[in-house]
Amino acid sequence: MALLEIKNLHAEIEGQEILKGINLTVNAGEVHAIMGPNGSGKSTLCHVLGGRDGYEVTKGTITFDGHDLLEMETEERAIAGMLLGFQHPVEIPGVKNIYLLKEALNAKREAQGLDEVDTFTFMKQVRELVASMDMDDAFLHRGVNAGFSGGEKKRNEILQMLLLEPKLALLDETDSGLDIDALKVVSEGINRMRGAERGIILVTHYQRLLNYVEPDFVHVLYKGKIIKSGDKSLAHRLEAEGYQEILEEAS
Amino acid sequence: MTETQELEQLVKREYKYGFTTDIEQEIIPPGLDEDVVRMISAKKNEPEFMLDWRLSAFRHWQTMTEPEWAHVHYPKIDYQALSYYAAPKSQEELDADAPESLDDVDPKLLETYEKLGIPLHERAVLAGVKGANVAVDAVFDSVSVTTTFKDKLAEAGVIFCSFSEAVENHPELIKQYLGTVVPKGDNYFAALNSAVFSDGSFVYVPKGVKCPMELSTYFRINAKNTGQFERTLIIAEEGASVSYLEGCTAPQRDENQLHAAVVELVALDDAEIKYSTVQNWYPGDEEGKGGIFNFVTKRGDARGDRSKITWTQVEAGSAITWKYPSCILRGDDSVGEFYSVAVGNNYQQIDSGTKMIHLGKRTRSTIVSKGISAGQAENAYRGLVHIGKTASHARNFTQCDSLLIGDQCGAHTFPYVEAKNSTAQVEHEATTSKVSDDQMFYLRSRGLSEEDAMNMVVSGFCKDVFNELPMEFAVEAQALLAVSLEGSVG
Repeated sequence: MALLEIKNLHAEIEGQEILKGINLTVNAGEVHAIMGPNGSGKSTLCHVLGGRDGYEVTKGTITFDGHDLLEMETEERAIAGMLLGFQHPVEIPGVKNIYLLKEALNAKREAQGLDEVDTFTFMKQVRELVASMDMDDAFLHRGVNAGFSGGEKKRNEILQMLLLEPKLALLDETDSGLDIDALKVVSEGINRMRGAERGIILVTHYQRLLNYVEPDFVHVLYKGKIIKSGDKSLAHRLEAEGYQEILEEAS
Repeated sequence: MTETQELEQLVKREYKYGFTTDIEQEIIPPGLDEDVVRMISAKKNEPEFMLDWRLSAFRHWQTMTEPEWAHVHYPKIDYQALSYYAAPKSQEELDADAPESLDDVDPKLLETYEKLGIPLHERAVLAGVKGANVAVDAVFDSVSVTTTFKDKLAEAGVIFCSFSEAVENHPELIKQYLGTVVPKGDNYFAALNSAVFSDGSFVYVPKGVKCPMELSTYFRINAKNTGQFERTLIIAEEGASVSYLEGCTAPQRDENQLHAAVVELVALDDAEIKYSTVQNWYPGDEEGKGGIFNFVTKRGDARGDRSKITWTQVEAGSAITWKYPSCILRGDDSVGEFYSVAVGNNYQQIDSGTKMIHLGKRTRSTIVSKGISAGQAENAYRGLVHIGKTASHARNFTQCDSLLIGDQCGAHTFPYVEAKNSTAQVEHEATTSKVSDDQMFYLRSRGLSEEDAMNMVVSGFCKDVFNELPMEFAVEAQALLAVSLEGSVG
């Protein structure tokens, strides 16, 4: 059974159709990259998968790990093992990062019938992860994303992913706004998450992240449809030739 | 449904404390005249000076008119329709038998405290468990029911008792301090309180003594058609310090009930008083029916040099809140602080804030006000910073933040600054924000339910104030906030 199966997905926002029949299958153990020019529907796809209000699915189905995803609330999707890494992580002033991490982990554990994580184990695990992301412990006691640089916000998204160990990670432009050092750290984080039980979808504009995280499949999204799919060489072609050539070829 | 609509739905909640306790009560008939004032005084076996004081307050009150300047609206109160005294009947027996043994307390009353969800440590105290570290005075309707830990406090020289007992046992202190911070004719509601107040708490911490435990009073209005008029007086002598917390609830009733309390604090040289309030009077139902009118005068006099008074309040209940805990910074180098979270939901109306009156040299004040509005609530911050001529090098910092949930509620800020000394430094910062759809989506996508997500955003917003609450009550305050906003999403 596929981990994620999207069939003929149509979605609109405020009456305007953005997604116009998307088909995509992601199996556990695979890394997929979805690329496309601005306005192609990449972020809309992420929001629809995340269950954000305001997006209306007018046609099609999404199955996630055996569940009808479209019947699930945002938090149910998270608890079932989907993690959405945000392009623009929002600030929550006054709420310590460590507190959100703990609440998120406990929400998941509660759904699994487990007790709350004990503080000692939790702190040990979090500190190791923080160090692995080349971050300082002080970061844990700052407000969630409050005053974080672009790079720090993205590292934080990966940190959450490493802690929550989702079945499917959906990373929306995680590479944007990163300098080369941060890009390496973030890529290493993603690579550590690769595994036989886990699917990863990288939504990106550029090829550069894919130099560090090699995808198994690359899809080109254009005007709300996947117009071409291939292996990682497709990403290289995009980089070398730009979108235009491929768009023409597909049409 | 959009998230905004869902947020509005979050605003629906039920009042957890809306039960009445069926115990025999003694209530005097409704109405107010000099005879009623005399009757109250007689019931309390008060000395002559107290009766005179009450009568002069009453006469003054009759010449006054109800204030209308606040940003609140309510039907005229018929003061003749209220009863001005209600007491659980077993009171005399309780008084006769000191509270070491709680066996004499009506078990139904104890049950009430349990239902109220009085924090565990306080319930433990009421259940007679040793080692709990908070002394509690519980005021049920108008009368103080039991004061715990009196002996342990007495060892340290601290007096903590009901106001009635203080009048009986320490009349000289009452004579010396009563009405010196809030004069009996100060304002309409304070004058009414001065005439008819029935009980309250009294704290006296002698010179150099650090009060060995948190002091706490629990207020509960139970009887129908009664007003509650309690009065609290706290005195910290030179170098003394005390931390005091009050909590309040009331049963769910369709009619409005009046609560007009007065609190006076006196801090002498180097003394420190920290006064925390967790107010959860019945706020009325979803349509705005019923609820408590909370018209309260609270003022602290930082009378001595280097003295400090801190007000911390979490105001979650009441149909209408009209309350401005203030500090008179009389002593040189004295410090006044005001930390407030005021949350209004449904049709609640809040007009609250503080006054910082700088008179002494180098006096400093800090105001941190966090207003949360949901439903159709109206939430106003009203504050005055007054720097007198004599207050050279006085400083004030004010931060005033409003958080809106949904788009039907209102937040207003009325800051007044009067600086009569050119060396003063006054800073004011104000922000208004909304709980954004982005924040809710982000937190929910991490597995948090809508309500948990909302509570997380709100408690983050209130963090600066919660940090000022005594530790054991910070958790309670956070829980109260969650209850208050219950139903406001999903």
